Amino acid sequence: MLSKRIIPCLDVKNGQVVKGVKFKGHEVVGDILELAELYSKAGADELVFYEISASVEKRLLDVTWVEQIARHIDIPFCVAGGIKSVADAAKVLESGADKISINSPAIHRPELIKELHDEFGKQCVVVGIDSFYDAETDQYLVYQLTGDPNASSRTRYKTQEWVKRVQDLGAGEIVLNCMNQDGVRKGYDNKQLSEIRAICDVPLIASGGAGTMQDFVDVFEQSQVDGALAASVFHKNVIDINELKQYLTNNGVAARLCN
Amino acid sequence: MIAIINTGCANINSVRFAFDRLGANPEIITAPEQLAQFDRAILPGVGHASVAMKRLLDNGWQQAIDEYQKPLMGICLGMQLLCEKTSEGDVDCLNKIPGAVTQLEVGKLTAPHMGWNNLGIEKPHALTQGITSQDQVYFVHSFAHSVNDYTLASGEYGQAFSAIVCKDNYAGMQFHPEKSAQVGAKLLTNFLNWNV
Repeated sequence: MLSKRIIPCLDVKNGQVVKGVKFKGHEVVGDILELAELYSKAGADELVFYEISASVEKRLLDVTWVEQIARHIDIPFCVAGGIKSVADAAKVLESGADKISINSPAIHRPELIKELHDEFGKQCVVVGIDSFYDAETDQYLVYQLTGDPNASSRTRYKTQEWVKRVQDLGAGEIVLNCMNQDGVRKGYDNKQLSEIRAICDVPLIASGGAGTMQDFVDVFEQSQVDGALAASVFHKNVIDINELKQYLTNNGVAARLCN
Repeated sequence: MIAIINTGCANINSVRFAFDRLGANPEIITAPEQLAQFDRAILPGVGHASVAMKRLLDNGWQQAIDEYQKPLMGICLGMQLLCEKTSEGDVDCLNKIPGAVTQLEVGKLTAPHMGWNNLGIEKPHALTQGITSQDQVYFVHSFAHSVNDYTLASGEYGQAFSAIVCKDNYAGMQFHPEKSAQVGAKLLTNFLNWNV
């Protein structure tokens, strides 16, 4: 049976892994390769690396660490950060990444999704969406350049319409970052994720809000997502991946057990 | 000495790094004349079958692969290219392993089949030694070879399909052993120890 994926997310800045709260106040949590090895040995199903300053600084991420990850890590990994063209994506994939994820560059130029799909195939094109719940208008809105609080801004898209659009353009997977929940560990935004799940035919990955092992069970049961991404609970040793996998299994969620 | 066949289609670094981690230090070859001097070979593959197949034929690989009598294993699209034919682009393949490749019928499930899934061991073989049906490996594919007499291990996603196939010295793995953690390393080690 296909396992639900547990995906630690590593935000990279200046060659280190960092973590903020609600996309702000980033602190260093460790070395890229050390953390990647730690998580893959603990049973992570996949890793995601976001070089958070790349898009803000209008440059491609540094591919030298991508190759180091590919040499040492034996699980799939996805890389994001300032990928704006087929040529950029080719560099990242040649360095050994299995998938590339685009976010702000796709908002700036949506055709990029189709170009990447046509060149590399659907399976390696992931679109990350930063979605913010605006209580005043009761709407989910797409944000961009969230790697830097000073550059972050609202886009013209509502989340639902952007999800449909990126699928039409050829996205092979969608990571939905629920910004209101990010780093606060109060649980995934199952209301929003369920709404998006209903209109999403490609694998959907939940991001933002994981605090307890039960939050993972809830997101898989209530939102029917394919994977759950989390950062701080793993970086701060709040949740051990091995124990989480066992907990999921005990609660009837299909998970890959390694030991 | 192990060769990785580089047809220019696939990103071969992941496969190379996986064998490096096992201490096998593979050599990447680009010309069919080089193949015969190696003890075993890997045919990787990612992308569209018709494009990859055309490159193999244009570069003269059919004869070299036909004449090769030592272990040769295709990975993912590389496995599909070793079969009779594929409906992806409707092309004839290398015809080393009986059976056709067709689009995976996933029903209401999301496509492609992406993620960790179980291997169903169908018959004992050196390639599946030490592997049980509890073990999971990493799949990413939309097309698959149906289960037949040459299936060593099956997979299940909407329908049953061949996860590992073998005929004579030719074998194939539909998933990515190079990305399948300890289980994948075990399978690649089995390939390195396989004698035909």
